[in-house]
Amino acid sequence: MSINQSGWRPTSPDAAQGDVPASFTGNKALMLEERLIFEIGSTDTTGVDFAEGDVAGSRLGNLTRKASIGLPGLAEPEAVRHYTRLSRQNYAIDLGLFPLGSCTMKHNPRLNEKMARLPGFADVHPLQPTDTVQGALAVIHELAHWLVTLTGMASVAMSPKAGAHGELCGILAIKAALAKRGDTDRRVILVPESAHGTNPATAAFAGFSVEDIPATDEGRVDSAALIARLGPDVAGVMITNPNTCGLFERDMKAISDAVHAAGGYVYCDGANFNAIVGRVRPGDLGIDAMHINLHKTFSTPHGGGGPGSGPVVFSDALTPFAPLPFVEKQGDGFVLIEEETAGEHHASSFGRMVAFHGQMGMFTRALTYILSHGADGLRQVAEDAVLNANYILRSLDTTLDAPFGNSGPCMHEALFSDDGLAEGFSTIDIAKGLIDEGFHPMTMYFPLVVHGAMLVEPTETESKAALDQFIGALRSVAERAKAGDQALKSAPHFAPRSRLDETLAARKPVLVWKETALAVAAE
Amino acid sequence: MRYLPLTPADRHEMLGVIGAASIDDLFVDVPDAARLDGPIHGLPMHASEMAVERHMTALARQNMTAGDGPFFLGCGAYKHHVPASVDHLIQRGEFLTAYTPYQPEIAQGTLQMLFEFQTQVARMLGTDVANASMYDGSTACWEAIGMARRITRRGKAILSSGLHPHYVSVARTMAKYTGDALVTATPTLTADTDIDTLIAQIDDDTSCVVVQYPDILGRIADLTPLADACHAKKALLIAVVTEPVAMGAIRSPGEMDADIVVGEGQSIGVGLQFGGPYVGLMGCKDKYIRQMPGRFCGETVDADGRRGFVLTLSTREQHIRREKATSNICTNSGLCALAFSIHMTLLGEAGLRRLAAINHAGACRAADRLSRIPGVRLVNDLFFNEFTIDLGKEARPIVRALADKGILAGVSLGRLYPAADALATGLVVAVTETTSEADVEALATALQEELA
Repeated sequence: MSINQSGWRPTSPDAAQGDVPASFTGNKALMLEERLIFEIGSTDTTGVDFAEGDVAGSRLGNLTRKASIGLPGLAEPEAVRHYTRLSRQNYAIDLGLFPLGSCTMKHNPRLNEKMARLPGFADVHPLQPTDTVQGALAVIHELAHWLVTLTGMASVAMSPKAGAHGELCGILAIKAALAKRGDTDRRVILVPESAHGTNPATAAFAGFSVEDIPATDEGRVDSAALIARLGPDVAGVMITNPNTCGLFERDMKAISDAVHAAGGYVYCDGANFNAIVGRVRPGDLGIDAMHINLHKTFSTPHGGGGPGSGPVVFSDALTPFAPLPFVEKQGDGFVLIEEETAGEHHASSFGRMVAFHGQMGMFTRALTYILSHGADGLRQVAEDAVLNANYILRSLDTTLDAPFGNSGPCMHEALFSDDGLAEGFSTIDIAKGLIDEGFHPMTMYFPLVVHGAMLVEPTETESKAALDQFIGALRSVAERAKAGDQALKSAPHFAPRSRLDETLAARKPVLVWKETALAVAAE
Repeated sequence: MRYLPLTPADRHEMLGVIGAASIDDLFVDVPDAARLDGPIHGLPMHASEMAVERHMTALARQNMTAGDGPFFLGCGAYKHHVPASVDHLIQRGEFLTAYTPYQPEIAQGTLQMLFEFQTQVARMLGTDVANASMYDGSTACWEAIGMARRITRRGKAILSSGLHPHYVSVARTMAKYTGDALVTATPTLTADTDIDTLIAQIDDDTSCVVVQYPDILGRIADLTPLADACHAKKALLIAVVTEPVAMGAIRSPGEMDADIVVGEGQSIGVGLQFGGPYVGLMGCKDKYIRQMPGRFCGETVDADGRRGFVLTLSTREQHIRREKATSNICTNSGLCALAFSIHMTLLGEAGLRRLAAINHAGACRAADRLSRIPGVRLVNDLFFNEFTIDLGKEARPIVRALADKGILAGVSLGRLYPAADALATGLVVAVTETTSEADVEALATALQEELA
């Protein structure tokens, strides 16, 4: 049990622990410890009933399993309790504001969940004859139509499984387009320093070398430096817009024009499309390819790390190279164009990225979201997201350093730095302090162009009251960090766990459970 | 609009705090030419739950579902019964609406679940370790090929003819850009797998051999000789499991010394969903963990000495290593991994084995029944819950015709290999615990009529 040695907040529950004995169970009322399934289950127990009777079968040859696998089972009540208890150790958007910048944690409408579970969508096999799945193909086609319309682009590839997979889709299309015109000496992709790590990782995977483009003092891409670097060896650029400093790239169209004039292509990381949906069409900015995170802009749930969905919209120039499969309307019905059936009409496609046809379960949710909001609602989404972020920026820029506070309004997220905190205090201390205040922290130490970055994205689904409470909490924690309150260095105090030893985890990796694992970790 | 809490008064007051006259002032950095002032072309205004539900339900009704009648499709996606509690638990908001566990103190639920998932997957696949999930089986497969390239520093991958053709296509797409040389082949309608051919193809340039188990035609074979042959040439054996329920009945690839085992986890906990989202499984031998793509959850202790879990070994990953990362993957399949793990915990080993036995017994009965139809030949000697029959006639139109009778008869090889005439008569039939004897009888009767 942690004991408060700092004297901070003498009336807090932690401070009283010296007088209150630890519980027999280790639990603290509603905060319940839960052991691993390997410690509570048994390989003989099952929570699933099957038909009785002998089962005979003998077509396994000498491959019949003999050895135990070591998989513990739990009866249903125990399983339900195990996972319910685990769930209560998680923070979630359903519990409160989740201001993780660039990750876009907005409310996940439950109608989306209900629609995705309709048997006509949930219980359909991807290889059924296509005339038995016309409704599923119609969903893909309808969502594709709205994505193309909202972005002002020529086409969309629906199959990429997540944002990073979508980036790969866009970059492979660029590579295919260059190969088609025999332009194989273009080996460089320019990526701003402020980009998500997935951008350089994607470009490198596709065989490009990556060169950083610096940011200006106002937090935008240094377009002069970028344009000066263009040449016959540059395949293209990957630019996030709105960018990861939360700013709109004013020079985007000029950059696109210059890249095109120099023979390259423009990839836009659309992770932050939620800030401009219904107000700006990336197609009007000269972009050739952009992925859309359905799990960000279009509210499909993040589920503790996925699944995502990353459709990629393309310009006319890149459309011929888009991956298969895709859905086409023919007459009254829809057909699925796969590599085997693409024929000459789609001869330039760079190929297949994934088995089957993409994240159908996310498509139904995203389409439900788009239809629910409609034209007026989507525009309001962007406006409220931007309004909320600016409200946070202007409410806190006298408390925290806002390095780009003079660069114009922010878009969907507000960026602060750790400048001005007491000696020895940094962003992580503010983050952990926020946990004790009942909030998930903001994105920490990203983007890399700002020292001790704190990237706060409230999204449009927060009320003003929720924002005010968060602003108050962040201000309070920031003031403590500026005053050098040592209690922050050991925060969080009220979470299910105190700070975890990440160095130990990496130095002696324990990635699977073994009887001895606990002893090893504690060495 | 029901999802937007701000009132007009709130907006007005907040603009005042910001010092902006109107919302347009906040979009001042957007050039005029790029501003969209009118409504979105053709998109209606916001709609009620009822209206949207009506629209979506009408679309859903246009699909024939797996539960509508006798159903025999497999080939990488399988219909299994998922206990009701699985879907209830994954919809708890604390799981559903959490993010990647970047702040471990308030994400122990997700992290402990991932640690349990990794252990379950490693034990099922027979590997030392497993990661916290990939997008799906096909992307896990090409990530494994890339991993083998980095480990062996060789660029030639030999893909079994029994590997799912979509997985081959994905690998082929990626190989165009990574420079890997792929050796591929089309399967033949024979009882034997191509293991002997694969063994003969391994040379000093080979990074890996990729073999599916059970394979696309449902065949199974001992992988041990192949693993030995790979290791004799310092190449890696990558095994692909698209039906993890099989691990309850047959030896795992890891037990047969495969170096990397990847899989599609959809069968356990995750529904068919027309192909996604699914969950990629990926495990390997301990010595290769630093070349693995994706996230790992690891055990550690907190400042008070209590056991806890964190994401670890992240120096392999894109957010730290950027262009030097082992993969660009970021978001994976967390919620599907949770569904897999819950279903697996409900089954336990006893349940998984019973489930596998029921699947196998049903498939044996179905194979016997269907091969009694005049003109039908059972291709497999060995199989788990999926086998191939040769109809002697083109299978694809027959599947089409049976769909009109309410029977989804299986996957015709013509659908998967339209260019391979020699395979056009093949039909891959999957049988699971959801298949009744009456379903099999209905298929047999209808098939007999079509072939008569």
